Order: sequence, then C-alpha cells, then structure tokens
Amino acid sequence: MRTIEQTTQEILELATKHFKVEPGSLKAEDDFYKKLGIDSLQALEMLSRLENHFRIELPDYEVQGVSDFKTLAERVQARL
Amino acid sequence: MLDLTKYPSLGEAIREALETWPNEVCLYESDRGEEKQRLTYKDFKLRALPLAKWLQDSGFAAGDRASIIMTNQSKWLISAYAIFYCGGALVPLDYKLKPEEQWKLLKHSGATVLITEYPIWSQLSTSAGRAETDQVRTVLVTETPANAELAGAIRWESAQGDGEPTFVARTRSDLACIVYSSGTGGKPKGCMMTHDNYLEQCVALTTWYPFWPGVKYLSILPTNHAIDFMVGFIGPFTCGAAVVHLRTLRPEYVREAFPQYQITYVSLVPLVLKNLQKGLQARFNELPSGKRRAFELLRKINIALTKSRPRRPLSRLLLKQVHQAFGGRIEAIIVGGAFTEPQTLQFFYDLGLPVANGYGLTEAGTAVTVNDLKPFRADTVGKPLPGMEVRILNPGADGIGQVAVRSRTVMAGYLNEPELTAETIVDGWLMTGDMGRFDPCGHLQLFGRKKNMIVTEEGKNVYAEDVEQAFESLPVKEYCVFAANYVWPSTSMVGEQLVLVIHLEHGQSYTEELRKEIAARNSRLINYKRIHGVVVYGEDFPLTASLKIIRVALAERLRKLPRETAIVPI
Repeated sequence: MRTIEQTTQEILELATKHFKVEPGSLKAEDDFYKKLGIDSLQALEMLSRLENHFRIELPDYEVQGVSDFKTLAERVQARL
Repeated sequence: MLDLTKYPSLGEAIREALETWPNEVCLYESDRGEEKQRLTYKDFKLRALPLAKWLQDSGFAAGDRASIIMTNQSKWLISAYAIFYCGGALVPLDYKLKPEEQWKLLKHSGATVLITEYPIWSQLSTSAGRAETDQVRTVLVTETPANAELAGAIRWESAQGDGEPTFVARTRSDLACIVYSSGTGGKPKGCMMTHDNYLEQCVALTTWYPFWPGVKYLSILPTNHAIDFMVGFIGPFTCGAAVVHLRTLRPEYVREAFPQYQITYVSLVPLVLKNLQKGLQARFNELPSGKRRAFELLRKINIALTKSRPRRPLSRLLLKQVHQAFGGRIEAIIVGGAFTEPQTLQFFYDLGLPVANGYGLTEAGTAVTVNDLKPFRADTVGKPLPGMEVRILNPGADGIGQVAVRSRTVMAGYLNEPELTAETIVDGWLMTGDMGRFDPCGHLQLFGRKKNMIVTEEGKNVYAEDVEQAFESLPVKEYCVFAANYVWPSTSMVGEQLVLVIHLEHGQSYTEELRKEIAARNSRLINYKRIHGVVVYGEDFPLTASLKIIRVALAERLRKLPRETAIVPI
C-alpha cells in the first residue's frame, strides 16, 4: 500500500511527464489549472491517466471542484 | 413531433408524448462505455408518477418551486417531469457551483424542495448556507450508499406515493422554470421562464433542426444549462426521440459514445469542439503521405459538393472513416454557450459534419439565431429563428449596434428584480448587451459586448462584479474588477479576460508581497473566474453619494490608458 506522500509524488511525476514540464517544478500545493495552464478537458485527460496508472476509477463527482495536486492525491488515496 | 401549439404547458406536452410513444426508448444511460440503463417512454412514466404522487402527498402544490442539482442522468429528467406534473416550477441549478453558492440561489429562488445526488448533498448538508435556507423543507437524494448518513434528507428511491397523482394544469403564462444565467457572487439573476417561452422556443428550433423517434441526442452540457434543457430534454421528449447520458464525462468515453449509440445530435461548447478538432487534425497528420493525399482530395470534393447545402449521405460515403468515428448518423453538431472561431466551424463542415452554430442567451429562451445551413456560414451566428424579431439599435457608420430581441421566447423578467428587468426588457425588446450587425443575407455577426462581463470558451458567463468579493479587504485604497474588453472595446469575441484595477494608498507601492496576495486570492477562485492581470490606477475612483464605484465613469477614465501597457500580468 502506498503512503499519501508516495501517491502525491507519483501524481506529480505523471503530470510532469504528461504535460512535459520541467522535472521538479510541480509541487503538491500547486493549482494544476494555473501551473500547467490547462483547461477542464485537459484536466479530465489527466484524470484518465491517473486512473490507468493507479488502476482505480475516480467518479466525476469525487473530483468536482478539485484544482490542486494535494487534494487530488487524497481522492486517489481513498480509492486505492 | 407533437403539435406544440395545442398544449398549454410543458407538463401537458410531455404527458402526451409519454402516451404517444410508449415503446420508444427515451433514455439511455452509459458509464465508461457500458450501458447501465435503457428506459422507454412508458418506463419513464412509471418512474415519474409515483414520485409526483409522493410530492403531492408531502404538500407540494401548484406554483411551488423545486430545485434540481444533479449531474446529467435519467433521474434529472424524471424528477423534472414529476415537478411539472404537480404544477410546480423548476429551479435547475449548476452542480458545479460551490455549496454556499447553491444555498444562496436556493434561498433566492424560494424553492421548498431540493432533489440532488448524494455526493452533492454530502457537501451541501454540511455547508454553513444550510442554516440560512430553512424554506427548503424536503430534500430527496439519489445515489445514496447503504447506511449513509442522510442529514435530514430522504432517499429519492423511497419517495414513491401510492395511487394516481393528480395532474395539475398550468397555463402558458405560468412560471415553468427559474434559470440562473449567472451572478452567483453578486446579485443572482433568476430568469423567470414561462411555459410559453419554452414551447415557442421548441417549435422554433425543431422547425430548422427536427427530432423524430429514432433520433439520439448525446447530452454532455449540464442539463441545468438552457441549451441542454431545451435540446436534451424538451426537444427530444416532445418528438419521441431519445437522450443519451454518460455518467463519466471523460473525452475518451465521449468519443466512444458516438459510434456506440450512433448519435444524431450533440451540443458542445466551443472548448470541446476545438479539442475534437485538435484530435482529428493530429490523426490526419499521422496518415502516411499517400493516404493523406487521398484524404485531402476527398475532403476537397466534399467541400465542392456541399457548398450550397449539406449532403450528409454523400459526405458519409466520401469521408467514411471520419463519419464512422462519429457513428455515421450525425445530423448536426450544435455549438453554443460562447463564441466559436469560424475556422473551427469550417473544419467540421468541410468534413461533412454540419455545425449548427448560433447565438442566444437564457433571457431570450435559449437560441435567437442559428445557422440554417442554406448555405453554411462559419463567419456569422446565423439567421433569426422563426418567431424571433432581432434588430440593431443605434447602429454606427459600420452598421454595428446593440442587438435587441423581441419574441414570445423572451423571459417574463428577473425574479425579485423589477428594476433590473425594466432595464433589460424595454418596450418588449430584450437588450442583449451584445454588439452586432446584419449582413446583406440576413445573417447576424457579433462584434464584442456592451456588458462588463466575459464568456469563456466553456460557455460560462462571468460578470466582473461577481469576482470582486474574492479581493475583499485587499490592502489597497480601492479596487474594482473589469472585463478588459468593456474598458477597451474590442470587436473580438475570443480570449476575453478579466482585470483587477487597484488604487494604492498614498505612498504605497505595488510590491511583490501585494502581487503575491492578489495571486493567492485569485487562485482560490474557480479557474474560469480568475483575473488575468492588474491595472495600477493612480487616481481616486469616481464614487456615488453612497460611496459605490461608478463603473461606467471609471471605465471611461481607464480607457485613456493604453491597454497593452496598463495591464500587468500577475
């Protein structure tokens, strides 16, 4: 079982790779819409990546209103 | 379709539809590519009537208001019909709003019943706004897990009355819905829509874009939104057609739904349409050069053959693979909610996928103008729908002026806002605040706004005043939020932005610390409401006697500054 820190780290690494940003530039507290300059559709694509990686299903309602990596990691962790 | 001129209310029209097409499918519900539910019109009736009876038994009567806060699903439409059956008025609210915003609108609407989903209710029930909204006496909740704490609510599934409910008749001028077009932070703008508004709009729209039994409409825009309410509920349900709901709205499942259900119509906001375009273009670019040349040739042939009107069967043959990806049955992709770039519209039309781009606003009963495809025009928002009178007020030398609309589809007014209503509807004409002109062919073209607001590509209306409270007690002398295009008028309808104007205290300077404070507050706003820059203004703001900012006067003064240098990115 992963710890929340590991989950957060993996999410940050996936986002770094998926959106091709400088390694180490993303932090847990970052607002991913703002930091990555992405729109709601790109955020949904990122969720699909996370679902595949963690082999979980994240219902739409659970990620409603989530805009930072930390909260996202908590929602993922609850489904692991 | 039903002859809607015969029916006095939405409830009566849908009741007739349920009897007319009992065996036709009206709803499909799919989750992650797997069909979870399929309901016929008869099934729909069997689910809605016990709920209507339960509502009546609990005291819900003619004219009472009930709100729905749900994601797109069958229970949304079933609940809405039950409310209309009881003679109630529906208050559809955006499930994406924050709980405190939802409570604020619930209170404003006067709703006594709330129908919602468990994940939404679990946030609403613990929100501080609940204590101030005691008029909401009944809460019905769907999707409740076993043993879950319902905090005073009742399971939707258990709200089943015994026996036949009484159908409560309504007249055309009665209130059908209160729709909040925008304004969650400042003054809520609740558009009072009558049964006449909806029935007239439905007739107008289906004259140009008909529905019939067998049509499948893919419902992606939230059903509380005026467009989906009309083309994802009232339109199909009065024509014996079907609506497809997806429980997980990820781009890959949306793509799968087209061939899975052989979708006929879909409504999209420009953002999603652009994303589809990007995906398709990337796939075309990956084609080996020989195949690509063949594809380009076929596309050119299609363009030549569809110049005067769409020829769907022919386009489906010519560009088979593209059409197969969309299920091969698309009649039109309806685009609305915000301005769409002509090149995106043209891209789809050139592939033989007609795009019904249009222009409308909740206050006007959804659509005002729509592309009639005779021929397709990407550079306009189409012609006025049947029954719509549209005129340009005080046009300048270039023919551009404010767009005004008169029609039976125009709302009765804003709830509890007689002054605002009087400013918005003048002598029967709805002042849209949008600037436009007609071309010689009778097509409307839009050129910016008169209003201090922006519309995002996701179709969200954001009024500058609504964003201001996020900057409350900011350590500056005065501040104000503006739509940049309101201060510096622009004829462009894309890339609209909000700016924060600050007036510093004497001797204060715009420090890094202040910038960070603004950025931190900004990041707490939902992404589409964020400001994009700061204007540091050196003079006192013009104020009224009661110390309110005179925005028009301030905008006039700001206009003298050059836009490019005045706005500092945060």
